[in-house]
Amino acid sequence: MVTWLRANLFNNVFNSAITVLLGTLLLYVLSQVWGWGISHAVWVADAEQCNTARGAGACWGVVAEKYRIIIFGRYPFEAQWRPLLATLLLMALLLASCVRLFWKPWLAALWVGVLVVFFILMHGGVLGLATVTTDQWGGLPLTILLASLSVVGAFPLAVLLALGRMSDLPVIRSLCTVYVELIRGVPLISVLFMASFLFPLFMPVGTSIDVLLRVLVAMILFAGAYLAEVIRGGLQAIPRGQYEAAASLGLTYWQMQGKIILPQALATVVPGIMNNFISTFKDTSLVTIVSLYELTGSLDLAVNSDPDWLPYKLEGYLFIAAIYFVFCFSLSRYSQWVERQVSRGKVH
Amino acid sequence: MSNNQADYMIEFAKVNKWYGHFHVLRDIDLQVRRGERIVICGPSGSGKSTLIRCINRLESHQKGKLTVDNLELSDDVKVLHEVRRKVGMVFQQFNLFPHLTVLENLTLAPIQVNKLSKVEAEERAMEQLQRVQIAEQAYKYPLQLSGGQQQRVAIARTLCLTPQVLLFDEPTSALDPEMIKEVLDVMTELAEQGITMLCVTHEMGFAKSVADRVIFMDQGQIVEENNPHDFFNRPRNERTQAFLAKILTH
Ligand SMILES: Nc1ncnc2c1ncn2[C@@H]1O[C@H](COP(=O)(O)OP(=O)(O)OP(=O)(O)O)[C@@H](O)[C@H]1O
Ligand SMILES: [Mg+2]
Repeated sequence: MVTWLRANLFNNVFNSAITVLLGTLLLYVLSQVWGWGISHAVWVADAEQCNTARGAGACWGVVAEKYRIIIFGRYPFEAQWRPLLATLLLMALLLASCVRLFWKPWLAALWVGVLVVFFILMHGGVLGLATVTTDQWGGLPLTILLASLSVVGAFPLAVLLALGRMSDLPVIRSLCTVYVELIRGVPLISVLFMASFLFPLFMPVGTSIDVLLRVLVAMILFAGAYLAEVIRGGLQAIPRGQYEAAASLGLTYWQMQGKIILPQALATVVPGIMNNFISTFKDTSLVTIVSLYELTGSLDLAVNSDPDWLPYKLEGYLFIAAIYFVFCFSLSRYSQWVERQVSRGKVH
Repeated sequence: MSNNQADYMIEFAKVNKWYGHFHVLRDIDLQVRRGERIVICGPSGSGKSTLIRCINRLESHQKGKLTVDNLELSDDVKVLHEVRRKVGMVFQQFNLFPHLTVLENLTLAPIQVNKLSKVEAEERAMEQLQRVQIAEQAYKYPLQLSGGQQQRVAIARTLCLTPQVLLFDEPTSALDPEMIKEVLDVMTELAEQGITMLCVTHEMGFAKSVADRVIFMDQGQIVEENNPHDFFNRPRNERTQAFLAKILTH
């Protein structure tokens, strides 16, 4: 320990000075954060107290006061057990889907089943549940729904696009290339705007597609284009000999892709795929701008209309930032685990 | 089947192939009888690989007629599928599937292509692994094996599909010298069992002891073909003579 310190931090006068300077700075920042966030903070939902502590300490009371709206958005208060249950179900399924052992056909069936239950719980209108239309859905359930369905939808789309771009058929190849380049050329926000405001203009009068569905499709189309490029990178890393061996054994195109090429290609780009999933998860926060109140949007809902608590929006943001962090960090730990799994049995 | 084509397993008739403007195969005429063992040699870039890769259409020819067991190769996918079931191929770089165990490498195609049950496919695979003497490696991954072992796995993999023709493209060129023999031994054993073999190799010892016919290629043409004895002792063409002089002085 001491030798390590001496070798790495205090090996000459200049480095020692820098170590002391940065160390002091770090201590100072930490003590400030501690003072504001913990020791001088107000932990109860009392606007008076928060007001007195303002400037000196954080007001975590805002979270205590508003967490139901932050987590569930505009969903009717008494019925919030429904999104809670639905979200827990969906998260259990997501966790189960992370386990390789469960990658069997029944998992797909389970997905369909859980999504149906999710929808029934959220939307109601049957089994004596009051109807809650999708524009009232919000908060964490909406974030998780959008994120998981975007990922689940984008993945197969991306695989097809990537294969298409590597295809021998010029028509398919150019279609896929044009698609990917078009989508990559515009920001997600504009795709969302198109889905929510422009698209309905082209629909026949009287018909309408739910805005949530339109936004979901937009997110899938967008995430798919990016993910396709990641997967294409993996495909390009596969040596020609693998294709030739598969072909010489008489495998068809899809057998070859499914059993030989894709398993290897996807394994080489696990970090990139997970990176894409994480950014898709965070991109869901953009749907606020088309009036879907997911986690970020529901925070606005919770505090913007309440002058007592509006000054403490920062604390609210920190709270949802912590929620995002928990999810994204779990994803990245999972990514590392997957990487270790796929590199088993390899000697290089 | 009275027509004499039926006697040939593989028949090239004025086959030509170009890579862009580069004329890589020129008027290839070659008939291979059932069970015949042919060694193909020639300088680098002479088109040896291209020639045998046309047989299972990893490369397509542009002119002429190429038949395998009386099936004419064309863009017809069904015929191609038929042909590939009859023709097995062993590559210089082994081309095993690194993400699958040795056993899975062997059972994949029988299960997918021939629709065998897993149990049956594994049974057959173990037989073939015994034949090439590496049954004890069945549950390892290819990259955990030596080059010689990998090449024997690759041979066993094609044998699991019970091919009628085996194509070898320099199967020992990527191997360290001490491993060449174990692979050649397996190939020799196969040759004795009457399977049709076309082998691109510069292992002249193998050619002498196993081949029915040796073919010499240069610049996309078959320059000379003969039985091994005459091929090595009385080469007629001067390019063959020069080539042999170079190879045999090593
Ligand atoms: N895909 C390709 N595109 C263009 N030219 C090619 C291609 N494949 C091979 N060639 C050329 O065709 C010629 C014949 O190649 P081939 O691989 O058949 O030679 P070879 O006799 O097997 O040589 P070697 O002993 O080096 O393996 C070479 O000049 C090579 O450069
Ligand atoms: Mg070659």
